[in-house]
Amino acid sequence: MSGLNIVVLAKQVPDTHNVGTNAMNPDGTVNRAALPTVFNPEDLQALEMALQVKDRIPGSHVTVVTMGPARAAEIISDARSRGADDGFVLSDARFAGADTLATSYALSLAVQKVGKVDLIFGGRQAIDGDTAQVGPQVAEKLDIPQVTYAESLVNVDSDSIQVIRRLADGIEEVRVGFPALITVTGSAAECRFPHAHRLIQFDGAPVDILTADDVNPDFDRLGHKGSPTKVKKVQNVVLAHKESQQVAPNAKEISDLMATLINDHII
Amino acid sequence: MNNVLVYCELTESNHIADISLELCTKGRHLASEMNGHLQAVVAGSNIQGVASELYPYGVDEVFIADDPRLSPYRTLPHFAVVLKVIQEQQPNVVLFGATTVGRDLAPRVASRLRCGLTADCTALELGDHVDAKTGKEYKCTLHQIRPAFGGNIIATIVSPEVEPHMATVREGVMRKEIFQADYKGTVTKVDISNDLEQADKAVTIIRREIVKKDINIKGASIIVAGGYGMGSRENFKMLHDLARLIGGEVGGTRAACDAGFTEPERQIGQTGVTVRPRLYIACGISGAVQHRAGMDQSSKIISINTDPNAPINAIADYTIIGDVCTVVPMMMECYSNNLK
Repeated sequence: MSGLNIVVLAKQVPDTHNVGTNAMNPDGTVNRAALPTVFNPEDLQALEMALQVKDRIPGSHVTVVTMGPARAAEIISDARSRGADDGFVLSDARFAGADTLATSYALSLAVQKVGKVDLIFGGRQAIDGDTAQVGPQVAEKLDIPQVTYAESLVNVDSDSIQVIRRLADGIEEVRVGFPALITVTGSAAECRFPHAHRLIQFDGAPVDILTADDVNPDFDRLGHKGSPTKVKKVQNVVLAHKESQQVAPNAKEISDLMATLINDHII
Repeated sequence: MNNVLVYCELTESNHIADISLELCTKGRHLASEMNGHLQAVVAGSNIQGVASELYPYGVDEVFIADDPRLSPYRTLPHFAVVLKVIQEQQPNVVLFGATTVGRDLAPRVASRLRCGLTADCTALELGDHVDAKTGKEYKCTLHQIRPAFGGNIIATIVSPEVEPHMATVREGVMRKEIFQADYKGTVTKVDISNDLEQADKAVTIIRREIVKKDINIKGASIIVAGGYGMGSRENFKMLHDLARLIGGEVGGTRAACDAGFTEPERQIGQTGVTVRPRLYIACGISGAVQHRAGMDQSSKIISINTDPNAPINAIADYTIIGDVCTVVPMMMECYSNNLK
């Protein structure tokens, strides 16, 4: 059996779990420069599932595709050190300001650039947006089926893949023929670690950067221009203070509090 | 047309899901304000009875696609149904639940229609919009409001130039309220059999195991919730003890769930469940806006935190500055003593 052609869609994201005090500019916009970046966690898990497919079907080729600033090349090198064969960054000021629709359009062109693809993997969602929209939208743009919330790989052969989906209240095992797009959810297996020799090989190795012109887009569908959603207003979060009663952490005051709650039929 | 369309989900027993009735309640208000109709689309198998479940929520028109290939839910067959109804009815607003189904389906629909879609809205309002660059004015457009970027900001999103305006909303965020018990609408059958032939082939469901949830924090009237400040899964056990004692359920913040302190089903907040209990005890929770979005409508809030400046304290009725590991056992003891 000949190998499969696999693409993994990945994103370098600000580490929203470690937002410091200088994360916001005084005008209420996000100070991206002050934020550390990470490989979006679910995209790493998507890479793992792609590598598992490659393990089972030798000769498969895994290409990682990302869109972002040039420094997003870091995650391509990271992915290659973990076992991805190839990758490139789609980077161009004309992609800037894209919402999920314009992003998915650009990514779908990038996938087509890779050639005839059997499987596309991506994380369910990115931690800086949590929308979970880009995966299904890329699938629609390519007019191929999608399987979202994939948790584990059951089986893969030369023309179809079988996965377990993790739903809100259970699981579903599904089979889909190629080509198909699969989004991988947070309960899936963590990604394998980088191989030492690959780490040495790919750390700092050049990564291809593609511009908008390389993917022959309809420029009206890119970036801010191609994004139907606009941010009308952002507000810094201001807390509505309400009358808060201080209770000291001692037996007397806590006992009084519990008595009040019992008397008021709250507990 | 100034209509609002709600994509309705079905429960395992073929009834309209709560999330969809919540969206219909919201949709009714929006439709009335726009002088339009509230429409609902339902896809499933053997579902002729569902329209009567929707009417009391003020639904004017129910579009029903009834076919064995539409149950259980699969993306492409439901996509075909929703696309057909939207293209024929041209609604101004389309709402989906931010569920595993809605979050699978809505983006694909938005992609095909090339319209905007805002995920996990916490509020939806109608209002005007003036484009800052062109000065062009748009009347009565949907303001889609959601916390963004680590909860540091609340963003209002509009998509004035392209219709429909689409949004997803998490379960429990909107209230479910009967509009008029004897309200009557109409049913229209969606004939889709030709489109389903192709859509049916792509994905095969081999097996499904749906378990009835034994964790139900949404309906709990008392919630004891823990944050990352609890420190460990071990420490979370005392929250279970307290909850058991006072008849409550245990919830957690996203950070606590991500850290494995408690089950993801217990997550409260923008990307979890929204709750409105009679009493909310926040233990070791700093109170990021996404978390507060899921609990700030609780009737009484007690915050237990070592940090006097934790944002949660600002919305708490009672603030206890102290270590949860000493305060929680003290609360249990005092509760038992007061009952005696």
